[in-house]
Amino acid sequence: MELNDLYRDVILDHNRRPRNFGPLDAADASIEGFNPMCGDRLTVRLKMAGDAIADIRFEGQGCAISTASASLMTEAVKGKTRAEAIALFDRVHHLLTDDAACGDELGKLAALSGVREFPARVKCASLCWHTLASALRSADPRALPAVSTE
Amino acid sequence: MNNTALATDSGFDVYGVRRDFPVLARVLRGKPLAYLDNGASAQRPNAVIDAVDDYERRHHSNIHRGVHTLSQEATGLYEAARDRLVRFVNAGSRHELIFVRGTTEAINLVAQSYARPLLGSGDEILITHLEHHANIVPWQLVCEQTGAKLVVAPIDEHGEVHVEAVEALMNERTRLFACAHVSNALGTVLPVKRLVAAAKSRGIVTLVDGAQAVPHVAVDVQDLGCDFYCFSGHKLFGPTGIGVLYGREAILERMPPWQGGGDMILAVTFAKTTYNSLPYKFEAGTPNISGAIGLGAAVQYLDGMDLAGAHAHEHALLAYATASLSKIDDLRIVGTARTKASLVSFVVEGVHPHDLGTILDEDAIAIRTGHHCAMPVMDFFRVPATARASFAFYNTFEEIDRLSAAVQRARSIFA
Repeated sequence: MELNDLYRDVILDHNRRPRNFGPLDAADASIEGFNPMCGDRLTVRLKMAGDAIADIRFEGQGCAISTASASLMTEAVKGKTRAEAIALFDRVHHLLTDDAACGDELGKLAALSGVREFPARVKCASLCWHTLASALRSADPRALPAVSTE
Repeated sequence: MNNTALATDSGFDVYGVRRDFPVLARVLRGKPLAYLDNGASAQRPNAVIDAVDDYERRHHSNIHRGVHTLSQEATGLYEAARDRLVRFVNAGSRHELIFVRGTTEAINLVAQSYARPLLGSGDEILITHLEHHANIVPWQLVCEQTGAKLVVAPIDEHGEVHVEAVEALMNERTRLFACAHVSNALGTVLPVKRLVAAAKSRGIVTLVDGAQAVPHVAVDVQDLGCDFYCFSGHKLFGPTGIGVLYGREAILERMPPWQGGGDMILAVTFAKTTYNSLPYKFEAGTPNISGAIGLGAAVQYLDGMDLAGAHAHEHALLAYATASLSKIDDLRIVGTARTKASLVSFVVEGVHPHDLGTILDEDAIAIRTGHHCAMPVMDFFRVPATARASFAFYNTFEEIDRLSAAVQRARSIFA
């Protein structure tokens, strides 16, 4: 276990300057994720164009891992279709939980692989992804309840 | 600061005491464990581990039931533990000392068995803003059940509770006042004796949550004058799953049992059950026998040590930690009451407590990060969470130096 592996430069950068952070006017979906263990709370908002994610932004309060993961996620899924984004969620989930996953095909998201050495922190990294996946899998994302890691 | 001199000044043999706690010898990732999470759960001395081990190996049986030797031995050990705890908190008699699972169960017992039958619409339960969820939620439940109202007394920006502010909320509708003796999130020692006196003078029944107090201050329930006092064994160097509810005998006598089952009855027919006498009326079912014996051993261990010296050492640790952490830029201590138990809750600008916890863990330093089951306290101070270092008498000044250094390291990572 190495701290440098957890707090890689990409993670520190996205924590310091989170991308796509803030409100999103006229969002098609707004869904809240909550980690009751640590109190992390974030809201992911989506604007859809047909089946594709036209825009995505997030807001909330969380640790560096949760903030950076959400920031990286918004960059990665913008423009993707529902199915593509869900497939990406599955790959990231695999990366966070399976030591054999290399994440080479994931680009910047591969920076999250250090999290799996810190089991107490996997939920921090996955909170935003679960929140997004829940919205994308729902027929009517506007009516969704909040997502909890517990 | 010259650590060795300070340690010697307090006159307390901290290094000798540490040898009584085997877990403190652990080395994690090549570094000695610095266990600064005693507010969540304290470690056990050999005396407790050995007492539980001896019971499990030689004496285990069910209690209050058998005529055979082991049952008599187990009963004797269990009841001897009760007697030690009676003396520990200076209860009036062994009828007033009920074994429960912990503080949470004790408060739920009082809420359901004392408060629920008594309360009606328009009645009020008064608590304070700094309570642990365990001293909020059981009252909310009983309010929902009865139509009573939960009233919350304020704290100030230091995390102090002022007697006048609480008194101002006591009125003829207030049926019960419940407060912490020591705040788990802030360390504040509440003026419980004065608060209890204020309640008593108005005929209000009082419960004091002593979970965070018993490891740090000498508790005399008769001197405090409260009707109920409760605490958990595992914060007092004893096992988990065991705790104590003290209740004044006159009140306990009037209360119906909380749970029905074995041990709490004298005679059962399908027409009527005659309840057992105190304290057994409130101990339905086979209790946590080994836990009670372990807790008795913890109290015996504390009886045998220089407690005044231990408390002085804890205060020196608190003063040293407060001074050391205050020197760190961008660090804010949350909870600055004039009288505090030995814990420091803090936030560091730019470093989320959860990240801080991970970074400290890499240095084998165990602290608690999060909302400490006191979300209203976090809301009051407008923070989502804090880091909390909570000390026991076996902690050292060197461990606090390591804590400060690790916090600095965390700051440099996120700078």
